[in-house]
Amino acid sequence: MSKTTKKKTTKRKTSKKKWARVDGRKPDELRPVHIESGVIPNADGSAYIEMGRNKIIAGVYGPREMHPKRFSKPNMGVLRCRYHMAPFSVDPRRSPAPSRRDQEISMVMTDAIEPALFLERYPRSVIDVFVEIIEADGGTRCASINAAAVALADAGIPMKDLVSSCAAGKYEGNLILDLGDYEDKKGESDVPVAYLPKNDQVTLLQMEGIMTQEETEKCIELAIEGCKQIYELQKEALKKKYGMVEDAEVTEEAPEEEEPVEEAEEE
Amino acid sequence: MSNNIVSRLKRKKIVDVVATGKRMDGRELLQYRDWEIKTNFIAKSEGSAEVKLGKTHVVVGVKIGIGHPFEDTPDAGVMMVNAEYTPVAHPTWEPGPPPKDAIELARVVDRGLRAAEIIDMDKLGLVSGVKVQMIFVDLYVLNYDGNLIDACSAGALAALTTAEAPKFKVSKKGEIEKTDKTEKLKLRAHPLAVTVCKIGDSLIVDPTYDEEEVKDGRITITVDENGNLNAIQKRGPVGFTLDEIKKCINIASEKAAEIRALVLAGE
Repeated sequence: MSKTTKKKTTKRKTSKKKWARVDGRKPDELRPVHIESGVIPNADGSAYIEMGRNKIIAGVYGPREMHPKRFSKPNMGVLRCRYHMAPFSVDPRRSPAPSRRDQEISMVMTDAIEPALFLERYPRSVIDVFVEIIEADGGTRCASINAAAVALADAGIPMKDLVSSCAAGKYEGNLILDLGDYEDKKGESDVPVAYLPKNDQVTLLQMEGIMTQEETEKCIELAIEGCKQIYELQKEALKKKYGMVEDAEVTEEAPEEEEPVEEAEEE
Repeated sequence: MSNNIVSRLKRKKIVDVVATGKRMDGRELLQYRDWEIKTNFIAKSEGSAEVKLGKTHVVVGVKIGIGHPFEDTPDAGVMMVNAEYTPVAHPTWEPGPPPKDAIELARVVDRGLRAAEIIDMDKLGLVSGVKVQMIFVDLYVLNYDGNLIDACSAGALAALTTAEAPKFKVSKKGEIEKTDKTEKLKLRAHPLAVTVCKIGDSLIVDPTYDEEEVKDGRITITVDENGNLNAIQKRGPVGFTLDEIKKCINIASEKAAEIRALVLAGE
């Protein structure tokens, strides 16, 4: 099955003489992204993201008292992210116990999001971000960061900016944006990036594969462009929820002036 | 931990010194401590390397044996990298399950080797779907004074280049016999990791424990002998600008070549 499809792609490539992605996207085109905020009633903030066939839900609890206490810091809060994949999110089934990969991703996710928060405001407390991968389709760590950022904003936690994340990579010699599962596995390399648009800073950067220095730098730039597109979608998702609240409460005054996304821009 | 008062004073001192373009131990910002690399000194293991980088001391052992292949790659050998934070290495390290940093250390070193396709895994199959050769790379930290990733990456490369792999004979019945003959592993690339730390506005390489403790963030970049990048890992709760990232990549390319000369000199 897979062999025949491969043959077809090579044929198409030679006949049209134009390279195309597995799913027909342009090299710099994102997969369809859908973000919704406020999806878990019990959580202080939450978000759901679909990025391609990734289905990911993120919930925020806190700031709240840290348990176990010895992990708390006397002068600042602690951000604790947990990235976890459901057993049925991948094929074949995976164990629900956190793998070494999960633990590493949890760490780099925390590093990616922390620069956006004012943790010095929450001594001895913790902000817990739980991310569950319901279905995985390549680029889950980026999608998780996107969902986590929206969930934190939904929880009303002041942020310097939203964190937006997207990967770029190299597949069949071409630099492409937002790798799908197939491109991720068969491609030459993968560069996940998270970005704070207002500060113009990269907060997550990983890479795996073989690329020249120049290609790598181009990939990072491409990924940043993807992050900027996602940033707009994240804002949309928040506006959709809070825009409706504003409409209901404030009737005649122009309801769209306040953007809850940009709470606490400056200290 | 950077949250206690002693560390803040230490941090101020280190940052002040680094800002003047020098280090606490008198080194330049982009100068490594002295390397000492010894290979093939553990007779019972197929490959071994002892790396001393200043007071950081690691031993890398390579064991080659027979095991089961993964389901999706029945003919490919398996390489595993594991890191051990031994309790002798530092007063704060305790016996028990590996801490998160040890998992990251193993995964970053592993990613560099794997992404560079250092060994042709397809040549390590013995009996399809049943038996393949397994290569275990164990990173053993004996004294911790910063920069474990670079030390372990150099150690892993030194141990793999000098490893004497046993030759296996497969009978028609599929029985495997280890012969007395050995041969060098065929390495297709020589990747090395270089970690660049950001302290204040300065970039430094080869941090000591103190410098590592007060750093803002770090980027580890693995570079092969052709100047290709194989892996990147950013850590720390800060962002990097694109310019800083490009600087880090340049530093890494240059330093990796220097370390490679040392590692391969002992071959």
